[in-house]
Amino acid sequence: MYKTPHLVLPKIDKLHELKTYVSNGGYEAYRKAIQGTPDEVIGTVKQSGLRGRGGACFSTGMKWSFMPKGNEKPKYLAINGDESEPGSFKDRQIFEDNPHQLIEGILIAGYAMGISKAFIYIRGEYHKWVKLMQIALADAYEAGYVGEKMKQTFGNDYSLDIIIHKGAGAYVCGEETSLMSSLEGDRAYPRIKPPFPANKGLWGMPTTINNVETIATVPAIISIGADAYSKIGAAKHPGTLLFGLSGHINRPGVYELESGIPLKELIYTVGGGIPGGKKIKAIIPGGSSMPPIHPDEIDFVYMDNESLKEFGSYIGTAGVMVMDEDTDLVKVLLRLAHFYHHESCGQCTPCREGCGWMEKLLKRMNKGEATSHDIDVLFSVASNIEGNTICALGEGAAWPVKGFIKKFRSEFELRVKPNRSFVSLNVVHGRRNTSETLVQIL
Amino acid sequence: MDINFTPDELAEVRRLKAQYPESKAAIMPVLWMAQKKFGWLSDDVMKYVAEVMELPQSHVLGVATFYTMYFKKPMGKFHVQVCTNVSCMLRGGEEIYDHVSHKYGIKHNEHTSDGLISLEEVECMGACGGAPMIAINEDFHENVTPALVDELLTALR
Ligand SMILES: Cc1cc2nc3c(=O)[nH]c(=O)nc-3n(C[C@H](O)[C@H](O)[C@H](O)COP(=O)(O)O)c2cc1C
Ligand code: SF4
Ligand code: FES
Repeated sequence: MYKTPHLVLPKIDKLHELKTYVSNGGYEAYRKAIQGTPDEVIGTVKQSGLRGRGGACFSTGMKWSFMPKGNEKPKYLAINGDESEPGSFKDRQIFEDNPHQLIEGILIAGYAMGISKAFIYIRGEYHKWVKLMQIALADAYEAGYVGEKMKQTFGNDYSLDIIIHKGAGAYVCGEETSLMSSLEGDRAYPRIKPPFPANKGLWGMPTTINNVETIATVPAIISIGADAYSKIGAAKHPGTLLFGLSGHINRPGVYELESGIPLKELIYTVGGGIPGGKKIKAIIPGGSSMPPIHPDEIDFVYMDNESLKEFGSYIGTAGVMVMDEDTDLVKVLLRLAHFYHHESCGQCTPCREGCGWMEKLLKRMNKGEATSHDIDVLFSVASNIEGNTICALGEGAAWPVKGFIKKFRSEFELRVKPNRSFVSLNVVHGRRNTSETLVQIL
Repeated sequence: MDINFTPDELAEVRRLKAQYPESKAAIMPVLWMAQKKFGWLSDDVMKYVAEVMELPQSHVLGVATFYTMYFKKPMGKFHVQVCTNVSCMLRGGEEIYDHVSHKYGIKHNEHTSDGLISLEEVECMGACGGAPMIAINEDFHENVTPALVDELLTALR
């Protein structure tokens, strides 16, 4: 079934149906996996070089190896299908086109880590895709591929249950510890790490959280072998990635391609270039939290995490947002600041207040009422969020702000007034340190 | 309205509670059930959910208010959600939002006086490749134009 680069979304008609999946070799990877010990499976995944597709790009095999051995305690697996990062819409394609490969991946991961129960957390807005997953899962249960019956089907004594959990609209739930709070039925507040989920996760038990695409890749790795997989694409970030192209591009959509594809090729050959033949002003390479790429850099960027790092960015979720030369970057950044302000859970002061201030400053800039000093204030607010919060939503809010100012400062300079005189405007006694009148502040 | 689940629905609540290691985890699916049945989560509905979930009312309120998709006030029969996040904004999402807003004289989280249509400006819905996009109740509509949105809404009425 697996021909590079279509490992996660093989081009097979009606693959979402169980019978098509099985007749094309589906659930054979799980049979192959259980020929070896759980540790051997973890070893294979480690050796394949697979890195998480949820944003942090962490080694999947390594993450699995952190799970304690033994079965005295229940162990859980949570599949992250919250997919709320602006610019990301790839996991939806897996739910729709290849749900059984996700389920098979869960079986393999479950066997490797001794998981008793797995949860698939899907964002609430994905009503249709929750239903599609439920249908696929019910079929798999019915056919004896999941649950108690799988022992008989596969002839060993491992079984697990899978439960689909629907979110209800909160970006932060994609953050792994927030997802756990949400699943447990609390307000979805992220938790301080350590303790890490592998030690103390869902209901206090060892837990692994992986992205949908990460897990859906696993059957392909077992099938073609770690060695073959590790040779696909970029050496340090191998495999195929589901790139989501959106914004000013002729052929938006999800494309599965080898990692490390030149950004230029992705935009012009795969995506068909920019509407109207316009020039590019900026590209966000991996979902809205990742710092932007400047047009001067495009020729040199390869779409894998290591190459992007050289340009101050990361692969994130591989959601590529393209902005043409007429795009108003202040407005784009304001829209993002509004998003993070709206989505901040409010636990940490730097994130809650900082996101509010960034939005306020950008609003002012958008209206043409800011001064060039405000650009520096904006940068410093962002810097003060970074590293000072419980979860990485803070970084997600700060990085684009810092990245856009660093690479596109002139765009911001054009929208601000020169610095005003402190003395003449400082009419509010209690606000000596600001250059705003009370009217402006309120 | 009488706020009660049917015996079948109560059996579903029990099934949901049993599928998690701790029954509290069933609160999200039960709130979904309640919203589907009663339209929105009024104080009385939340009180009832607290009862069937055997949780304090304050906890139910806390969870319900954390998520944007649980309605804390009545919405229209057709709830129009327009994405204006970046990928949609770049392709006209804001124009779609303004169009619906002007046409029906409603703003974010408001509904028409006949209770038919409500509007919400939403964050990225995970359909950026089909920008601009809207959702009407549970259904996504991608690559929309103001004219297409009009057509969709007229067809529904
Ligand atoms: C604010 C925030 C939102 C996130 N949203 C998602 C998400 O929607 N899906 C996802 O898989 N990971 C998301 N992540 C990353 C997860 O915390 C976690 O790293 C990931 O699910 C691990 O899976 P992986 O190792 O397979 O990538 C988010 C992180 C943050 C800080
Ligand atoms: S960083 Fe923001 S979203 Fe994350 S826990 Fe703190 S306040 Fe909440
Ligand atoms: S930005 Fe509108 S769906 Fe993602």
